[in-house]
Amino acid sequence: MTTTHATPAADKHDEHGDHPSEKKYWVIALILGIITAVEVALSYIDLGNGVAPLLLIGMVMKFFIVASYFMHLKFDSKMARRLFISGLSLALFCYLALFMMFRQFGPRDDRQDIDLIETGVPQR
Amino acid sequence: MTAVAVETSEPGHEADTHAADAHGHGHPPTNTGLSNDKVAMWAFLGSECLLFGALISTFFLYRSRAPLGTVKPHDVYDIPFTSVSSFILLMSSLTMVLALSAFNRADSRRAMVWLSATALLGATFLGGQIYEFTVFIREGMTLKTNPASSAFYVLTGFHGTHVGIGVLMLLILVILIARGRLTPARAETIEIAGLYWHFVDVVWVVVFTVVYLLPL
Repeated sequence: MTTTHATPAADKHDEHGDHPSEKKYWVIALILGIITAVEVALSYIDLGNGVAPLLLIGMVMKFFIVASYFMHLKFDSKMARRLFISGLSLALFCYLALFMMFRQFGPRDDRQDIDLIETGVPQR
Repeated sequence: MTAVAVETSEPGHEADTHAADAHGHGHPPTNTGLSNDKVAMWAFLGSECLLFGALISTFFLYRSRAPLGTVKPHDVYDIPFTSVSSFILLMSSLTMVLALSAFNRADSRRAMVWLSATALLGATFLGGQIYEFTVFIREGMTLKTNPASSAFYVLTGFHGTHVGIGVLMLLILVILIARGRLTPARAETIEIAGLYWHFVDVVWVVVFTVVYLLPL
């Protein structure tokens, strides 16, 4: 017996794009490896205050490459993206507030005060 | 509109078969277009962001808090060793997507090979972490040495536990496929396990940079 059905859910599912090919996965892995190698090399080079932003940029790039391609977030339904992004955003806002509370974005001297209170001796 | 044709000889099975085939992913139709299992996994991963966010923030705040004369995490790191471990975990994400890709092509044998490779890479990472912990303890940095060391062990230990659970999950999947209890019609099971695995990898991407590479 053959029947033909159509459901809105099936339509929604068809909106998802095709997943990358295996060749593309290998290329993505290579890019991730290169970024990691650059990050490790940067940690050995004395760039002063410039090294932290560069390392963080590399970290964010790797995070989004893995989430977009390996976790298929780029190709999956918007629902999945919203669920993950809301958890991630909530975490970011929550802990940025925590860092502000502990004056992590202030001048180094301010942060030193916190160490003094906690341990009785300045750590930096 | 998409038309889905279902052919079955047993009328009693018609509804089920249609429900499962509506998406070609082996799950009944839902309002979201995603299976309930997948939505649950994404919601779980969203909540895990908060857990790891808390642990990473705590480490960040305490990483330099140690009385003079005690060993701080930054004194004992072996960056080349941890870089290799990180690379191994990153590559396990590649083998995981290759396993899913093979299973989607109904190539169960190759899927088992890639899943086993993923489990092996995960176990290698865990072995590296255990070795690293023993070296640190021998050098005088234990869980109780100072707030910085506590924060370090709790964060990396929690992550290691997640990797351990992931390895177990992968081995169970290999056994299920080998016994014929997991067929390509239910490829989404592998996809969901893969989401967890990639998340564990993504957390390590952050931990490696924030904990090991960022200068004090």
